[in-house]
Amino acid sequence: MAQPVTAGDERAEDEMARPRTAEAGPRSWSRAFADIGQGWRQRPLWGYLGWQDIKQRYRRSVLGPLWISITMAVVATAMGILYGTLFHEPVPTFLPYVATGLLIWYFINGCILEGSEVFIANEGLIRFLPAPLTLHVYRLIWRQTLFFLHNLVVWGALMIIFPRPLGWQVLLAIPAFALLVVNGAWIAVLAGIIATRFRDIPPIIASLAQLLFFMTPIVWSYERLRGLPLAAYIELNPVLHFVEILRQPLLGAPLIGRHWIVVGAITVAGCLAALVCLRNYRSRVAYWV
Amino acid sequence: MVSIDISDAAVDFPVFDAKTRSLKKAVLGKAGGRIGTDSKVPIIEALRDITLSLRQGDRVALVGHNGAGKSTLLRLMSGIYEPTRGRASVVGRVAPVFDLAVGMDPEISGLENILIRGLFLGMTRKQMDARVDDIAAFTELGDYLDMPLRTYSTGMRVRLALGVVTSVDPEILLLDEGIGAVDAEFLAKARDRLKELVERSGILVFASHSDEFLADLCSTAIWMEHGTIREHGPLRDVLQHYKGRDVLAETEAR
Repeated sequence: MAQPVTAGDERAEDEMARPRTAEAGPRSWSRAFADIGQGWRQRPLWGYLGWQDIKQRYRRSVLGPLWISITMAVVATAMGILYGTLFHEPVPTFLPYVATGLLIWYFINGCILEGSEVFIANEGLIRFLPAPLTLHVYRLIWRQTLFFLHNLVVWGALMIIFPRPLGWQVLLAIPAFALLVVNGAWIAVLAGIIATRFRDIPPIIASLAQLLFFMTPIVWSYERLRGLPLAAYIELNPVLHFVEILRQPLLGAPLIGRHWIVVGAITVAGCLAALVCLRNYRSRVAYWV
Repeated sequence: MVSIDISDAAVDFPVFDAKTRSLKKAVLGKAGGRIGTDSKVPIIEALRDITLSLRQGDRVALVGHNGAGKSTLLRLMSGIYEPTRGRASVVGRVAPVFDLAVGMDPEISGLENILIRGLFLGMTRKQMDARVDDIAAFTELGDYLDMPLRTYSTGMRVRLALGVVTSVDPEILLLDEGIGAVDAEFLAKARDRLKELVERSGILVFASHSDEFLADLCSTAIWMEHGTIREHGPLRDVLQHYKGRDVLAETEAR
């Protein structure tokens, strides 16, 4: 009675096309892209959930999400003054430098850390409600974007307290942030799927992220290293380039094209890797969580 | 046209423990050869040789002992699990009702939970706004709906979940049992609503141990045993073979 079963994945032509169907096999590009598209169409859902995540964290507090901005301001001020004194940097320029770096770092850090647990954390939803896998990624990135916008208030305040000439190039912050968002998304897909299968990955990523924080010029100035032989090695850190493309326009610093090229290359490679991973293992995540 | 077509499908679960989930094991296993016999992931065959075809108007009862694969089959139909082998094609908007507690956030209010649950079931925000009063009236929770869900009793939570679930317009309705902890009066009301919901939906698959409910809602039945379909036919026949007596006659006599 139990005859060997072969997967007839590719004989989908005779079926009529209709949304929400499972025509092609589990491992196909069309299903992977359908997942991305369906997730995007559920904007109202993840938009709402992303807001809820933020509101919930501060639900019973008086100041609410304002705490995000306050925390950021306190940390940035303390670190700015401490490291500014240690490295003999003038506070009016160094404090905005540290604050802007932290602002960007928090976004990247959030995408990496929570990205690796994005499917593990949503285990209940994945196992009980059919929804595109990317829904959870959209929700995560949206939540991180909202955090970023809250922290951006601190940057705005510092630009008023320590005014500096910001030209039209501040607008470049928008495409720079868009690149960060895209990269956050592919990291969450890729790390999320791998970490669901291999549970050693989240702790590895967590300790790696800690290391990256100190290797990235956030609380120390990259300018001081330029020209030294060490600088070449520092540039091997991919996070550095992401921080630079967004920090330079936000601080009115001279733009360096090299960082944009590196970020562009990482974006393309990362998206491709994430797409391949999504195609091959999307249907397995429900089994693994 | 809504339809569920499954052919020769199997669902195999890999059983990971700390050893098999570990990356170290996977890497070292490749580099240094096999370490003992535990380098292979054990697999549980939850479903095999599943072939079935459901069309508009089908009202299917799912019966079988615990662990026979009823819930897994429902999840296969909902698209949560894609078959490890074989094919499963589902056309239509699916509303799965497996666990009433999932997707409920204890920290937010009942009304917000209604909205979120509805969005998860494929409704739009506008549709949910239009229905929220109806749901609120059905749950009889009144002002409690503005309170966070953590203040609710189990019964109140079930009311809320049932209210949302029975208000959507699904094309394919998949019900798993577990609707307990509500008082009898409310259950009678829920049953009427459940009936209306079933009439609105194109396909119903209902896993339950309650013969009364099944007789009320279903016309055909699938008997699951050890992960395979033992029998698929008219409700009366299948129930009779499954239980060894004419259960429907008994419920009718009551």
